[in-house]
Amino acid sequence: MCGIAGLIHRGKSSKVGHELQGMLQALKHRGEDSTGYALYGDTDGKNFIMRFKVGENVGEGSTSVAEDVSVYDERKKIVDSYLNEMGAKIIKEERILPYSLRYEIEYNKKDLLEFSQKIESIPGVEILSMGKSLEVIKDLGNAKMVCDRYNLDKLVGTHAIGHARMATESGVDIKSAHPFWGYPFSDVSVVHNGQLTNYWNNRRALENKGMRFMSECDSELIAVYLAEKMRDGASLEEGMKESLTGLDGVFTYFVATKDSLGMAKDTMAAKPLVLYESDDLVAMGSEEIAIRSILPQEIDTYDPFDGEVKVWQI
Amino acid sequence: MANIKSVSKKTKAQAMGMHTEVLTGRTQQKFFNPDEAENFYYFGTHDVDFNKRTDLDVKDMTAAEANKEIDNLMGQGYGTIVIKNPQGKHSLGVGILNKLNLIFEGSLGYFGMGSCDGPIVRINGRVGWSCAENLMAGKVVIEKNAGSCFGAAIRGGDLICKGSVGARTGIDMKGGTIIIGGDAGAFTGFMMQRGRIIILGDVGINLGDSMYDGTIFVGGEIGSYGSDAVDAELTKSDQDWLKRKLKVAEIGENFDVSKMKKIVAGKKLWNYDNLEPTEKKGAI
Repeated sequence: MCGIAGLIHRGKSSKVGHELQGMLQALKHRGEDSTGYALYGDTDGKNFIMRFKVGENVGEGSTSVAEDVSVYDERKKIVDSYLNEMGAKIIKEERILPYSLRYEIEYNKKDLLEFSQKIESIPGVEILSMGKSLEVIKDLGNAKMVCDRYNLDKLVGTHAIGHARMATESGVDIKSAHPFWGYPFSDVSVVHNGQLTNYWNNRRALENKGMRFMSECDSELIAVYLAEKMRDGASLEEGMKESLTGLDGVFTYFVATKDSLGMAKDTMAAKPLVLYESDDLVAMGSEEIAIRSILPQEIDTYDPFDGEVKVWQI
Repeated sequence: MANIKSVSKKTKAQAMGMHTEVLTGRTQQKFFNPDEAENFYYFGTHDVDFNKRTDLDVKDMTAAEANKEIDNLMGQGYGTIVIKNPQGKHSLGVGILNKLNLIFEGSLGYFGMGSCDGPIVRINGRVGWSCAENLMAGKVVIEKNAGSCFGAAIRGGDLICKGSVGARTGIDMKGGTIIIGGDAGAFTGFMMQRGRIIILGDVGINLGDSMYDGTIFVGGEIGSYGSDAVDAELTKSDQDWLKRKLKVAEIGENFDVSKMKKIVAGKKLWNYDNLEPTEKKGAI
């Protein structure tokens, strides 16, 4: 079933990690195979933050095969050497878990495609996000477990989207968890609730155009689809509007960039979404209780209509 | 396999008033005979006094606990119950088969007021998906907006939303009236079989798709008509009924009903059949 949640503060920053944790935890009955956060933190905007994994979480019902930690160490060494080769300087390095790392890197080229391809040519290595504000954190378990494991409670930023997953069409692993990074675009992320029925047709067409897929999760298609539209010059909102006809199936999805947050709902309006909008805050989720976790007082909320696309700026 | 024809089982079912004859077709209407209605009570329901009023704060309760407590209060004779801090919880107020004045000071999540028969409910907030699903009788008023599948499969009663509603409002409804003060989403009246829907605002695509029967009145723009949904003449009788209904619903009392559109089933669907099998024999 899956649950999604998102919020954007306009004109101020807040503890978005803590807020999103509350929203996603309220939706945990919609799925707790894995939970993911795309957090847009307050940074000076100079360096890239790269979140990546060198292995899978093999506990908590995972469908992945266990590997020795020494394999992770080897992969990390190769990542470091490739970064050095490409002229990327590691400013700060954090190994949060044996398989999950956060690097702050100085890298001056704008095109991240070559960079990402090089890093991900290492078997078992996947970049979860690359951006100057975005950090994608996803792992197995419910929102509270992931938040505690990665210490997300204190992260301050302007906006965030997240996903509580019930695995239905692909494995219980980090690579199939949401959010998906809008590879290879800096600071783009997507979460989705629903099923896409023309996944393989779209995937084949996009792969022929040089786009990359890391999982067999249908939701990843949305990120790749939008990335391809943006690569061809479309704005985020234009790409989202095109997706209403380009993607077949039932869906509600959120997409976020460095300074915006958007939602799209399919023309059948088959997947739920409740939205709260004020001058300084937009909060939305699969169920009202997600919004109530950060706004317990009586507020006005509504369901967006079928085929509706909305984008908000910070 | 149990012998369902055994005398003891048959007698027990009859003693409970479940049936006195073979229930086929519209013979079920016998149980809704107004002459019998006054003496008709569901098993486990309560005799309540509307002047006996109490508050119930459900902030720290689960839906099951809250519903159980509502039942306990009705058992103590409370006929007016005010629910505080519902905070979007799902499945609140379900399965109430009593006469009862129920007021929610806040919003409900999914499946609020489902499978009810009789209560008069006011929700001073919003409701999520599938509000008042399977409502048999009574009145449910929502002061703000409602989610999708509003009034799914209702058989009777009045369901009123003063704001806007999501998609598939009145899906599969078999009776009763749904009144929307604002706009309605796609597939409104999808597969409806009987009853009436009134929308004062605009409505989305595929209005009345595959409807078998019933009537939809729309005051605003229509996104598109669904399969087998067609326009019909708005009669004087329709207008009088609309005026009465909107007044009772405390909504759109001054609305110009003469300009509303009336949509009914074209009855061209291959599987459309207005008669129950037993009635068909008589018709032939």
